[in-house]
Amino acid sequence: MGVTEDNLNTFPGEVYRDDAGQANFFVTSIDKLANWARSNSLWPLTFGTSCCAIEMMSAASAKYDWSRFGFEVARATPRQADLIIVAGTICTKMAPVLKRLYNQMANPKYVIAMGSCTISGGPFYYYSYSVVKGVDTIIPVDVYIPGCPPRPEALLEGMMALQAKIKKSRAYVIDSPKTKQEE
Amino acid sequence: MSKEELKAYLEVNFPTCKFEDTIDFPVVIVEQGQLLSLLKSLREAPSTDFDLLFCQTAVDYKTRFEVIYHLSSTTFRHDLVVKVLLDDREHPELESIFSIWKAAELFENEIFDLFGIRFLNHPNLRRIILGDEWQGYPLRKDYTDANILIP
Repeated sequence: MGVTEDNLNTFPGEVYRDDAGQANFFVTSIDKLANWARSNSLWPLTFGTSCCAIEMMSAASAKYDWSRFGFEVARATPRQADLIIVAGTICTKMAPVLKRLYNQMANPKYVIAMGSCTISGGPFYYYSYSVVKGVDTIIPVDVYIPGCPPRPEALLEGMMALQAKIKKSRAYVIDSPKTKQEE
Repeated sequence: MSKEELKAYLEVNFPTCKFEDTIDFPVVIVEQGQLLSLLKSLREAPSTDFDLLFCQTAVDYKTRFEVIYHLSSTTFRHDLVVKVLLDDREHPELESIFSIWKAAELFENEIFDLFGIRFLNHPNLRRIILGDEWQGYPLRKDYTDANILIP
């Protein structure tokens, strides 16, 4: 995909043209370039534990079609995914599995908490011996989508909010210079 | 057999059992000692032929437990509910029916997991849904833990 008239406005950076009017090179920062690439090719992990997963499948299918926004390639392995949509109730027995899946994902990785159950435990908050009270007690969450379950439009809205968040983040964080430890 | 025929059959063959009037399945309440012989007969007698145990569960009535068996016959298409009362709430024990219906193995594992009713002569009685380190039995009425905010 090159820089054309169609995507000139969405591309982060300044495009320079040669004498013939062709866009031959651009000036940008590595942060903006990496964020542009990352936010437009988020690969979600196929992970659903209950009814929210039905809405997630609907968002993936032809009617809502999340591949319009770059979520095309749902992966069944955490090694190839960089977004996990926690769609559904997480029980205490599922919690270590979810944590392991999250740890197996390669950096950078993002988490969307979809639905009431993953936000707080939802209808199981007050009287349940088995449901985790919010998935953010296990893994860090980037975007919360309320609803029981949220409609596919809400999921797409949340995923686009995640894209906006990624575009504003620092892609490369330079470590502070290491100082010699005194012994 | 129809519901009335089934009731008449049981009154003749098992006169010590009690009956409950219900709108759906016929219900028979049996003593703990008679349970195994009643179920074995219901399974093996050609006229009843209850070859399917489609549900086995328990209820906590705070003073006692009740274990409930839902039986069906795939040849005659009649159903029956058998209930047995367990008065010892501290150490509830009951004979396993694994020797009669193999399906009972997982049912009884689940009942042990959630109610703490021990089944004697069960092939492998263990925590099946909750973890091995789980304390207590969550479906008992007096169960509490830190996760339950409104007891």
